[in-house]
Amino acid sequence: MLIGTIVDGIVIDHIPAGRGMELYRYLRLDELSCEVAIIMNAPSGKRGKKDILKINEVIDLNLDLLGYIDPHITVNIIKNGERVSKTHPALPETIRGVIRCKNPRCITSREQELEHIFKLTDPDRRVYRCIYCDTRAK
Amino acid sequence: MRNLIDIADLSVEEIDDLIAKAEDIIADPDKYAEKCRRKKLATLFYEPSTRTRLSFESAMIELGGSVIGFSEAQSSSASKGESVADTARVVSCFADIIAMRHPMEGAPLVAAMNASIPVINAGDGGHNHPTQTLTDLLTIKREKGRLGNMTVGCCGDLKFGRTVHSLLGAMSRYEGVDFVLISPEELRVPEHVRTDILKASGVKYRETESLQEAMPELDVLYMTRVQRERFISEADYVRLKDTYILTPDKLTDAKPDLSILHPLPRVNEISVAIDRDPRACYFRQVLNGKYIRMALIMKLLEVE
Repeated sequence: MLIGTIVDGIVIDHIPAGRGMELYRYLRLDELSCEVAIIMNAPSGKRGKKDILKINEVIDLNLDLLGYIDPHITVNIIKNGERVSKTHPALPETIRGVIRCKNPRCITSREQELEHIFKLTDPDRRVYRCIYCDTRAK
Repeated sequence: MRNLIDIADLSVEEIDDLIAKAEDIIADPDKYAEKCRRKKLATLFYEPSTRTRLSFESAMIELGGSVIGFSEAQSSSASKGESVADTARVVSCFADIIAMRHPMEGAPLVAAMNASIPVINAGDGGHNHPTQTLTDLLTIKREKGRLGNMTVGCCGDLKFGRTVHSLLGAMSRYEGVDFVLISPEELRVPEHVRTDILKASGVKYRETESLQEAMPELDVLYMTRVQRERFISEADYVRLKDTYILTPDKLTDAKPDLSILHPLPRVNEISVAIDRDPRACYFRQVLNGKYIRMALIMKLLEVE
């Protein structure tokens, strides 16, 4: 399968296979007017399969979430057809309004307008907990 | 401005200072009788809790302050659908400090994020109850004269018992504390407590099903209730329920200076015959709750 090369844009690579669409929604890429490609189940030397997102424009992205989804994800910035940077997003300290607390006894389950906020409590084991009820994010 | 939502919000030094202040109040209550004059405590209790509410209210009254509030959700604007955040903002206009009890976990944190006055968590569902832990710590300090170098047995429902989890977290920060966790298999401490508190602090602990076997080594015995609804099998409940009821014969091998604590209310897990034993501390514990809340109110209102 051939997808055109990017001249100026972003390639989010090494996304765990099957999670590309999830990331597409989290990053609100559907709201962009530029070309966006989602490549699913691309061959990966390390993991067998991976997903890739290609965005044909350099835009500001909330990259915090990428580190939460998988530390192996890479963000490549392309300018004039050349890769000018390649980064592994760090684990964010706080994740706001993305993952939802599943604890039915949590105040967020009763008060629907409360923002769901998770804090990194154990970076080694990548554990996030709801700031209200301490329930671990799944 | 400070709040108290979780016992972990306080450093060991701050806990020690609160305990010292509470002991000073006990020694000379008259000195504190006017400390909070013209200050108002709002007790926002969305579910009934007679003991905790009365403890907060009497604490504020003994500091010379006054109390406003409600004791159940039906008599509050929550029954009209007002959010916790809005209630906290509104009450901030009337009171100087809030004590909130709420059935939903995290509600007092939401209040603290929106109030312009200090908020004390007076219990949020099965989650946190930091003033109970402060009460337990003051009681242990007063009964034993120290908070380190002792063996603490926690007995009963260690899975759902929030008071036990908080006590484990708070006591594991002191030197030389060993824990004996006494519970049926079904009600052992949950994995997150084992990982985040016991293993993370490196504290020495062991788990057993037998209260009798653990009894001789205990300096403190913290009892909680084993509830029928926590068991999957009725047969297991029937088999185990009496094992965790403290009766005088079970104290035969106990140390003469053992301290028996219970967060109350008691149902039948401690026989009333134990009440006459000087080692029973649970009613003194209730009184300590008032004094530590006085110390806490003063600290959060920055009253010297």
